[in-house]
Amino acid sequence: MSLVARHLEENGIPTLVIGAARDIVEECGVARLLFSDFPLGNPCGVPYDKKMQQDIVGFALDLLESATLPRTTVQSPRIWSEDTSWKENYARIEPEQAEALRRAGEARRAAQAKAQARGGSA
Amino acid sequence: MTTTHRTFVSYIDRTREFYAAQGYERPYRWAHHENVPFAALSKPLASCRVALVTTASAPRETDTDPGSLRGAKQVWSGDVDPAPDRLFTDDLSWDKLATHTNDVETFLPIEALRTHVESGRIGSLAPRFHGVPTDYSQRRTLENDAPEILRRCREDEVDVALLVPL
Repeated sequence: MSLVARHLEENGIPTLVIGAARDIVEECGVARLLFSDFPLGNPCGVPYDKKMQQDIVGFALDLLESATLPRTTVQSPRIWSEDTSWKENYARIEPEQAEALRRAGEARRAAQAKAQARGGSA
Repeated sequence: MTTTHRTFVSYIDRTREFYAAQGYERPYRWAHHENVPFAALSKPLASCRVALVTTASAPRETDTDPGSLRGAKQVWSGDVDPAPDRLFTDDLSWDKLATHTNDVETFLPIEALRTHVESGRIGSLAPRFHGVPTDYSQRRTLENDAPEILRRCREDEVDVALLVPL
């Protein structure tokens, strides 16, 4: 998505990304990012919280108007929850899962190789 | 307050570690640029027409379709009026433990933008939003999808674009 934002900017259309994966967007490099420190999937607010969703879009509009340089990141002041355990839990690898994950990867690679040999795609 | 780590999640680190645990030896190479293009607003926001771009796909008609677990393979567009009450997101890497995507406004804020049109903060919302596939291949995004989104934005005569990756 950040690559699309860059292409629009290169062609004269100002853009703003509302995103939760701050590192991915900033490494790619975009003109303006409103960073929502929320779980991936809901960068515009907590589900069904219309007031928060309006506020976050409002912050995005403020940033669209105020940024004068590329790579301008503003962090939304809205918080997901007092409980931040979701940050630790995303794609967390528990020691007891390690073997199962390794096997799952092996199985997927084998399926892909088989599909490729058949001329299809897995 | 103090911390010993970044307080926001590094998804680049997490993804690399997760795939390494599955035995993938070559980590994904994320896009990285030194130079960043910047277009200034050409008119007041109150006169601007706004485009909305999502990484979600059009809703599936049936779950039994063999392609039903795959996301869009090409750029697509949908009407903002009426706003969609659901979109297909199962193929995307959102946080399925912490949340859900049943409220489309959490990633495609059409109603929220409409309140800002009504208050006069922005001029108008383009009549359609656009969907862009999340493609492993940055080449395909750059060569196919980005130019197609630009073409549609120009066709809709938008002045600014809000892009919301899930």
